[in-house]
Amino acid sequence: MKEINCKLLVIGAGPGGYVCAIRAGQLGVDTVIVEMTKAGGTCLNIGCIPSKAIIHAADEFHRASEMAAGRNAMGIRADNPAIDLSRTIAWKDGIVGRLTNGVAGLVKKAGVKIVVGRAKFRDGKTVVVETETGQQIIRAEAIVIATGSAPVELPMLPFGGKVISSTEALSLREVPRTLAVVGGGYIGLELGTAFAKLGSKVTIIEALDRVLPLYDKQLTQPVAKRLSALGVELLLQTKVRGQSGNGESLLIETADGEEKRIHADKVLVTVGRRPVTEGWGREELELDMLGPFLKVDDQCRTSMRGIYAIGDVTGEPMLAHRAMAQGEMVAEIVSGKRRSWDRRAIPAVCFTDPEIVSVGLSPDEARASGTEIKIGQFPFTANGRAMTLLAEDGFVRVVARADNHLVLGIQAVGAGVSELSAAFGLALEMGSRLEDIAGTIHAHPSQSEGLAEAAMKALGHALHI
Amino acid sequence: MAERIIKLPDVGEGVAEAELVEWHVQVGDVVQEDMVLAAVMTGKATVEIPSPVEGKVTFRHGEVGDVIATGTVILKIKVAGEDAPDEHDEPESKPEPAVAVEPMQERVAPEPAAVETPPPPPKPVEKPRAPAAPRTEGDRPLASPAVRLRAREAGVDLRQVTPTGPAGRITHEDLDAFLERGGGKAVGAGLQPNTNVQEVKVVGLRRRIAQKMALAKSRIPHITYVEEVDMTALEELRARLNAQPGGAQKDRPKLTILPFLMRAMVKAIGEQPGINAHFDDEAGVIRQFGAVHIGVAAQTPAGLVVPVVRHAEARDIFDCAREVARLSDAAKNGTAQSEELSGSTITISSLGAMGGIVSTPVINHPEVAIVGVNKLAIRPHWDGTQFVPRKMINLSSSFDHRVIDGWDAAVFVQRLKTLLETPALIFVEE
Repeated sequence: MKEINCKLLVIGAGPGGYVCAIRAGQLGVDTVIVEMTKAGGTCLNIGCIPSKAIIHAADEFHRASEMAAGRNAMGIRADNPAIDLSRTIAWKDGIVGRLTNGVAGLVKKAGVKIVVGRAKFRDGKTVVVETETGQQIIRAEAIVIATGSAPVELPMLPFGGKVISSTEALSLREVPRTLAVVGGGYIGLELGTAFAKLGSKVTIIEALDRVLPLYDKQLTQPVAKRLSALGVELLLQTKVRGQSGNGESLLIETADGEEKRIHADKVLVTVGRRPVTEGWGREELELDMLGPFLKVDDQCRTSMRGIYAIGDVTGEPMLAHRAMAQGEMVAEIVSGKRRSWDRRAIPAVCFTDPEIVSVGLSPDEARASGTEIKIGQFPFTANGRAMTLLAEDGFVRVVARADNHLVLGIQAVGAGVSELSAAFGLALEMGSRLEDIAGTIHAHPSQSEGLAEAAMKALGHALHI
Repeated sequence: MAERIIKLPDVGEGVAEAELVEWHVQVGDVVQEDMVLAAVMTGKATVEIPSPVEGKVTFRHGEVGDVIATGTVILKIKVAGEDAPDEHDEPESKPEPAVAVEPMQERVAPEPAAVETPPPPPKPVEKPRAPAAPRTEGDRPLASPAVRLRAREAGVDLRQVTPTGPAGRITHEDLDAFLERGGGKAVGAGLQPNTNVQEVKVVGLRRRIAQKMALAKSRIPHITYVEEVDMTALEELRARLNAQPGGAQKDRPKLTILPFLMRAMVKAIGEQPGINAHFDDEAGVIRQFGAVHIGVAAQTPAGLVVPVVRHAEARDIFDCAREVARLSDAAKNGTAQSEELSGSTITISSLGAMGGIVSTPVINHPEVAIVGVNKLAIRPHWDGTQFVPRKMINLSSSFDHRVIDGWDAAVFVQRLKTLLETPALIFVEE
């Protein structure tokens, strides 16, 4: 097969890789992208998008079930709601298909060549791709490693059989009667909640003393409350020992050292994700590492000239939008533009029930940096729109410097607050002060009023509380 | 009245006006007794005006640099304890319908003066404000993404841009201003053009120096004559005198070249009285003085002043030395009296080790001559058969060519040269 020579080669067409390729194509850079499965990576195929589809379906079904059970404040009645999970999955697959085809289309439209196959470095300028039709050698001036991450497997609970990762959980054809979720991070909680709403009896096993350990207790408290209302059993400070001999039950060790067996039709392991740093020929290169990740500088350059890395393979936070921003930046650098990473805020969203969004510093983080702070918190119980949505749980919280009121962080927990992340992120990137937010008219009635009120609260003059 | 009026006092020697050189208070300031309110300059002395009372400044007249006539009201101070805020007025002390032209003095029980906060310290003269430090170390510059992108593309390190936005935010305008100054061209290292212009108001001593110099240079056609003088013999004599113990003269001062030069000038002037004179060109009169009052130009932190050794003709060499030392100390620490800084009939200008080889001294108007002393250096001298090292000095002297011909100037300087090269001649009584 004829060798391909190009200016830029991107390995991996996840959110980081495909954005990098599109942007490079826009800028007239001769670009090739290699992907071994479908464009879109974890995010589009087996992560963000499919999980949100399932979560939404579960929400809708749960709402209908509540109505059928007569638990509906609005007076809506429904009879015998049912869900056909295989049709739900088909609907989800339709969305994923449209998106991945869309991405492939966008990449092509940008003039980027897509090569399907498994890429492997031969040296710092050459990559060999195993395609269906044989070996394709690609030589490039610049190469971007965007190989992403994969679910972490527990040695005593290897994937297979009833032990599944998030990938399989998003493609189940039947709702499991009982589901054990190992790991109380955001993926475990999102999926655990969804399955609880679909009718599974869910048990969440977490080794630490609370769920969502990356967020402060104030933010996670409404989530814990909701889990309990949904009948999800939370086993905190509990370790998984493995499966029983016949594979029937899960062996766990509780906080007081007691060994227990719990029955689960499916065991969903969500104990984190690891960067994919093997299987693409890293051994042929001399790349500095930072822990398990590839080490990059503020221009996403690795320790080898002409080799960049973006996305989950470069470290936390492993979020699609971070990878996209990195990909865009690297494309612009390769095209000769002067760029460097100077983003102030990477919003993080948990699509739990209720949702959590966090941008910038939490109060504890701000205090830890030695800054004197002001905090303004506004509860949705005082927000008209939240009442009409039956979504009064949660609040918006603004953290600002005490001296000049510079906003350092904004967090919220509540139904649908993921959409507020835009306003939060903008406020931080623009270097807003509390007065800027308080001085912006927020539409009434909307949950976003909570943001302005929280800023006013921090300034000492909230109006509706 | 509870208001004390402070007039520009007569600060001595019958001057009719003085220049305001410093305000220490502003309207609204609380002052205490004896606190310095202002500084004015008359002649060549600066005088501080203290507050006679404790109270609050209600009126201030004149700006720094203004020349104000003696007796002009410059400050009004509301005396503490004798007034009270209006809202504390008691009903019976309500002002009568305005029959009196002047506001009536209200009789109020003296309020405890404790309501006043302690007076702020006198404000120093406002200096041109240094550009604010862009930000504290380690802080990331605060700017919107668009500003950051523009900065990056222009190669500007935003840490160098002075922010004007709220909370220290760098705006597009701040970046524009930075780029306009050419800031974008050399980031981090290299030389950067500095287009800063600082306006320094010419006041006080500096203004007097400027006026004096302009007057001298515009009125007097200078002729400058430079001659070298072999100081070897004088330096030997000086070293010997300085090495000797005090003897009969208690606390005998160390001798510099200056007192020798002064005595030589006295001697030379004896033969050429026209050199030691004032030329009143408006009256068309030359006043030749019997007294030789020698001004010695001296550098002080504030600028050039000319303390005067009076009656050098009546002082021996040690007396001259002592007087020079005393006056230069007084001038430097600002304690020189006005009369010690004026009234010279001829002037010496010496920069000592900074003297260079030639200077063109400016005559101290209305005098007619000034003797400039350049730096002493060992130079080769041809003695007729060989070069010998000699301690040489140049005298750069200027004369008012309207009244002193070049010939006379040369005669005077040559006479000084002879006297200095054979120092015994200075001491021979003729």
